[in-house]
Amino acid sequence: MALGILQIANQPTMSGSILLSTLRQLATGFGMTVAIFVFTLLFSMPLGLGLCNVRMSRRWFFSWPARLYISVMRGTPLMLQILMIFFGPYYLFKMSLSDAYRFPAVIIAFSLNYAAYFAEIYRAGIESIPIGQYEAANVLGYSKLQTFFKIILPQVVKRTLPPVTNEIITLTKDTSLAFAIACTEMFTTAKQLASAQRSMVPYIAAAVFYYIFNFVVAFVMERCEKKLSYYR
Amino acid sequence: MNNFEKSASIFEVHHLSKRFGDLEVLKDISVTINKGEIVSIIGPSGSGKSTFLRCATLLETMEHGTMKYQGEVVCEEKDGQGAVYAPPRILRKLRSLFGLVFQNFNLFPHWTVLKNVTDAPISVQGRSKEEVLADARQLLKRMGLDTKEDAYPCQLSGGQQQRVSIARALISKPVILFFDEPTSALDPELTGEILKVIKDLAAAHMTMVIVTHEIEFARHVSDRVIFMADGVIVEQGPPEEVIGNPKQPRTQAFLRKLSHQN
Ligand SMILES: Nc1ncnc2c1ncn2[C@@H]1O[C@H](COP(=O)(O)OP(=O)(O)O)[C@@H](O)[C@H]1O
Ligand SMILES: [Mg+2]
Repeated sequence: MALGILQIANQPTMSGSILLSTLRQLATGFGMTVAIFVFTLLFSMPLGLGLCNVRMSRRWFFSWPARLYISVMRGTPLMLQILMIFFGPYYLFKMSLSDAYRFPAVIIAFSLNYAAYFAEIYRAGIESIPIGQYEAANVLGYSKLQTFFKIILPQVVKRTLPPVTNEIITLTKDTSLAFAIACTEMFTTAKQLASAQRSMVPYIAAAVFYYIFNFVVAFVMERCEKKLSYYR
Repeated sequence: MNNFEKSASIFEVHHLSKRFGDLEVLKDISVTINKGEIVSIIGPSGSGKSTFLRCATLLETMEHGTMKYQGEVVCEEKDGQGAVYAPPRILRKLRSLFGLVFQNFNLFPHWTVLKNVTDAPISVQGRSKEEVLADARQLLKRMGLDTKEDAYPCQLSGGQQQRVSIARALISKPVILFFDEPTSALDPELTGEILKVIKDLAAAHMTMVIVTHEIEFARHVSDRVIFMADGVIVEQGPPEEVIGNPKQPRTQAFLRKLSHQN
């Protein structure tokens, strides 16, 4: 991959210094991409667990709104959700939008959206745990909370690791949707650079960044899966 | 109730009835288990044996009836309300009095053998770690599992897993142990090792209620055999009567059918 960038650098139309500044600007954008990625996971994964809990409630007035929420979040485009979260305060309350709101808006929209996906992944994982695990825990006197956190959740984590990995890899690529409200993550930067330079190079370089990042993510998740493969 | 009775009856249930929707699974069941007694429950599948154990171990709630452990009320029949259960605080305390061994072990797969056995007494009963570990090692040794304490359940045979689950039930020092077909999920050559463990427990005067299809085993190990069919106790008594010389036609038919199968 490093070789690929070097070859690009040797193209006669592109001087080394332009490439270097391109990479530097992309790297700054990449920092933002990683920030969106990290904060989204940080908020959406626990939020998804809470949502999953409400969704699995036996009381319809809890489960039903959660179901509706999940179906709307999954059934409408994330880009539209980002736009609504960002422009909503203006259209609804005539609040003026500050530049500082761009990043929080992206994080809110991503977290709300991904929580819905994570909730469904957790639910499938929880429902796949045999009822006998709950019964054994019950007879041994574990409380409901102990049963969930000590016995059920660790097994759910193992079972949901593959779909969660998929979701995380999708998230890396979805971060590019933040360009819709001009939050300057890597994709937005690449787009600006490409049109300024009239060149494909920024796109290719951005692609390399995304690819390497996901390669690392996949590698780490695989290690986690291996680590949890000590049982069954 | 005088003191003698209180210490003698470990478990008693009176007029237990339980239904799932329209299906009345247990009809007016009354059973008393005395200290040191070993009772086998036999009967065709679907007759309510598991449901009975599940009511006794609080996995199911019964509609009607009164149930006590060592004279302490789990639930009591009240006019017009059915079985009224004791508050959760009391039930939590009473839970430590019994253990249940499942047909398919239900070990926690993400924990080692040692952790499976020791976690509940430490984190539920709040006993000291050292004491529990010492108890666990002794129990595992008794079960022939002393080399397996760091193994995970998936690395064990079915018979070994069932022995771990028996150790897990025993470590809380229950006053009564319930078994729900403890050998039914095992290959025939592995049932012997579990039956031997139960025989050893019997020799140590553990109070036990065993649902089983192993008629010969029931005949040898039990003080009393209960034959259940369609949610009622059809016949009960010493094994030489219920198994050796059954009075009820349904018991006779069931035993005849079983002996034809074997
Ligand atoms: N959770 C349940 N919901 C509905 N019916 C049940 C449930 N559990 C058991 N049953 C029914 O109750 C009857 C007795 O079941 P069970 O106690 O498992 O019998 P056994 O252990 O003697 O084979 C069966 O007809 C079974 O289908
Ligand atoms: Mg059964």
